[in-house]
Formats: sequence, structure tokens, C-alpha cells
Amino acid sequence: MELTLEAVSHAYGDVTVLSDITLGIPEGQIVCIVGPSGCGKSTLLRFLGGLERPDTGQVLQSGPVPEGCLNPLTYVFQDFALLPWRDVAGNISLVLEDHGIRGARAEAIIADVLARTKLSDFHKALPKQLSGGMKQRVAIARALAVNPAVMLLDEPLSALDAQTRELLMDDLVTLWERAPFTAVYVTHNLSEAVRLGHRIVVLSRRPGTIREVVTIDTPLGERRAGDPALEAHQARLWHLMRQEAEAADKELGHV
Amino acid sequence: MSDTPKDVPFRGGGFRPRRVRGVGLAVFVVLIALIEWGTRTGWISNLTLPRPSAVLETFRNLIETGLLWKHMLPSLSRLAVGSALGISAGVAAGVMIGLFSLVRAGMVPLVAALFPIPKIALLPLFVIWFGIDEGSKYALIALGTFTPTVVATYGAVDNVDRTLIRMGQSFGLSWASIVRKIVLPGALPGILSGLRVSIAIGIILLVAAEMLGAQYGIGAYILEAGSLYDLERLFAGVVILSGLGVLTSGVIGWVERRVLAWRV
Repeated sequence: MELTLEAVSHAYGDVTVLSDITLGIPEGQIVCIVGPSGCGKSTLLRFLGGLERPDTGQVLQSGPVPEGCLNPLTYVFQDFALLPWRDVAGNISLVLEDHGIRGARAEAIIADVLARTKLSDFHKALPKQLSGGMKQRVAIARALAVNPAVMLLDEPLSALDAQTRELLMDDLVTLWERAPFTAVYVTHNLSEAVRLGHRIVVLSRRPGTIREVVTIDTPLGERRAGDPALEAHQARLWHLMRQEAEAADKELGHV
Repeated sequence: MSDTPKDVPFRGGGFRPRRVRGVGLAVFVVLIALIEWGTRTGWISNLTLPRPSAVLETFRNLIETGLLWKHMLPSLSRLAVGSALGISAGVAAGVMIGLFSLVRAGMVPLVAALFPIPKIALLPLFVIWFGIDEGSKYALIALGTFTPTVVATYGAVDNVDRTLIRMGQSFGLSWASIVRKIVLPGALPGILSGLRVSIAIGIILLVAAEMLGAQYGIGAYILEAGSLYDLERLFAGVVILSGLGVLTSGVIGWVERRVLAWRV
């Protein structure tokens, strides 16, 4: 399935956060959206999944959804959004129950997604017992359980420490290589963007507009930390963002 | 500055309540022993406080004559029926206020108007409405437990993590599923801690209701003892009420530990 944003603009009160964004999300690719804080990247992601409506412009979906897809547009949140009163399996079955999937069928799906996210031993663990990285793995497993057409990841690794982030990036690459999925990945971390993005969309500071779209051709599996080509991309992205970030940092909050 | 190294002075620690066992019990024991000693030596006159051993004796009498159960059973059933009515209506109303803006706009001022009314003042009215029998007592306890439960419940619903609700919506969960699987379990800790207050208020109102037109019941027992200036029996009644308070608080604590084990 493909998603298209057409001339999307949005304002909160009299503060314009996004202005005239036109962007296509091609099937089977990871599109990273980077930009300084407050540039409206998370807002953009909420438009893509229908959690919020833009003032003007259109968000369009086209093409068929994959077979067995329960929830075409599926989010992974920065703060994991796991129900603390349900164990790992219960958190995943939560999103299956409403589709009438229970019992053995649900068990099969849960076992499959837990295996894919290396969580098989944590079936009965409560979220409070898990580390941040494990919690985000559960959230990713939950997203995989509904077999989404597009994954919408909202700074999924920002709450994690640097080492865990590396591990999870590797896991995401492995997941993508095994079964390529379409994803929009919002982040403020440029090294995540160059590791995971087929295309990287750089937003300017508020009001957010698309400054540039960078395409990286190196296959995901061949990207390594410290790769000179990636470093060059990252340096270029930082050059693009630096002034924006500096200016955004000095802005007064509109409260 | 001298060259010899010194220990860095320790400035941390403290400000962290620890669990200290047995002290609570010791306070009770010391206090009661002091009163016993005071009343025996005549340092505390018999009219000021009854002798704890005499209260104990009265209490034993109560059990032996079977009068304890004659007073306890009606009281407990009044408390159970009245607070069950008030709390279930309160939780339902609180959840509705938490979920629907229209209900909130209509009900919150009403609850704010009902809350500060001393419910005891309404007892004569309830007697006219529901009769002098059990009905008026149920109604008094129900109304008294209703308002604090409503306030605690809608506060608890308001405090449910919105990101969890967004998550539910983003996975296409139905409205009913979101309420049942996300909002209600998320509000449960707040509702349960509200119940502590509600039930304590229920006990206070129980006694008040029984002081007016009840033959049996702890309230009636205390009122009778008080009008006869029988301090031993008065205090025996008060001890029962304290015990009831400790018991209900203990039960809620037990339920919390069982049901809310997921809390960090």
C-alpha cells in the first residue's frame, strides 16, 4: 500500500506547524523524517495514520493491503504504550481480540511475532519487569501481529540508551530484510535515519516544509556503523539541519 | 588548606519512609497501659475515662450474651447494602462523567453541590421519603458514599494515560473495547483508593443513622450507653467502630495487592 500527502498544512491556534507538505511513501521502503524539534514531524505521522486531521490538504492511501492485514496503518510509539496490567502475550492479544482472533489462532500469531522479535521467553512477563529495549520489542511485536501495510514509527528508539538503540536498529534491519515492509520512521537522530532510511526527508523548522529528500542506495543489510558513505550522508544531513536546529532552539515557546 | 586527606562529609540519606514493624502496635499498647495505670491509681478519674480492663470485660460480656452479633449483624448489613448501592452508582456516574463531556457538564456542578451537604442533616427527610426502617438508613449511607466515589472515579478516569487510549484507537479497537480494556483497568487504582474514603464516610453515617430510630446496631448501642453515661459500653462500641475501620481498610489493601500487582 502507498500513502500520499498532498499539500498538507496545519496550524495549532495561530502557530503554523506544517506548511504545504507533499510527499509520497512508496511501498516496501522505509522513509525517515528528520527535522529539528517542534518542526511538526510527529504531527505529520499522526496525519498519516489518521489520528489527527490536517487543516488543509489530503492524506491518501492507494493500492491493496497485504493478505491477512488486520490494521493497515499501525503505530509504534516512543513511550511503547504497553498496558501495564497485561503481560507480554496479553498486550499482543489485545489487538487481536477485536478482530475475533482468540484461542489457538491468537496463540499461533503471538508465538510467531515473539519469535521474530526474540521475545519467546518473555510470554508471561509484565511490562514493569522488562527493560526499555524489551518493552519496545514487545511494541514492535504487537505491531507485527496485525500484519500492517504501513508501519508508522514515532521516534521508537529515542527513549532507549545508545547500546540498546544499536541492537534494536539491527533487529529492525533483520526484520525488514526477511520481509520488506513499508514504514515511515520519524526521528531526530541522524545516525538512525542513515541506517534505516531508503529515503530521508529533511524538514525545516516551524512552520515545517520539506527542505530536501535524500535517497540512500546502499542496501540496508550492508550498512554498518562507521561506513564512510553513510558518514558522508550524515554529515550532509547535519549541514542541512544545523542552522534550522540552532534557530529552532532559540525560538520562544508559544504557550 | 591542610594536606592530609579527610573523609568527604556524608550529606545524603533520609526523606525516605521505611516500613517499621511493631511500632504501631506498641503505641496502642503503651497508650492503653498508661490509661489502665492512671485509672487504677486514681490519677485519671472514673468519669474521665473508663478502665481499659473494664471495657474489655464489657466486650467479653457482649460476646457471651450474644448481644454483639445482635448489634453487629444489622449494622454490617446496613453498611454493606448502603455502601454497595452508593459505590456502584458512584463508579457508574464517575465513569460516565469521565467519558462524556455532556454528562460532565451536567453532573459535576450537581456533585459539587451535593458533596458539602452534611448528609446527617437530611436524615429526617429520608425518613419521610423511605420510612423509618432500613430504607432511610440505606439511602443515607448510599448518598454519603456516592459523592466521594464519583469524584474519585472521574478523577481516576481523567488520569488514565492518554497515550494508551491513542494506542487503542491506532489499532482500530472499538470504543467499548477501549473503555473496558484500557480506561477501566487504568482507572482502577484511583477508584480503589477513593473507596477507602467512601467506606470510612459510610461507617460514620451508619452510626449517625442508627442513632435515630434503630433498636439494634452499633450506633443504637453507643447512643444508649452514652445517654446512661455508661463509659465502658460507650468505649466498647467505639472499639468496634475502630475495628471496622481497620478491617475495611485492610480488605481494600488486600484487594489492591491482588488486583494491582502490575503497578511499578
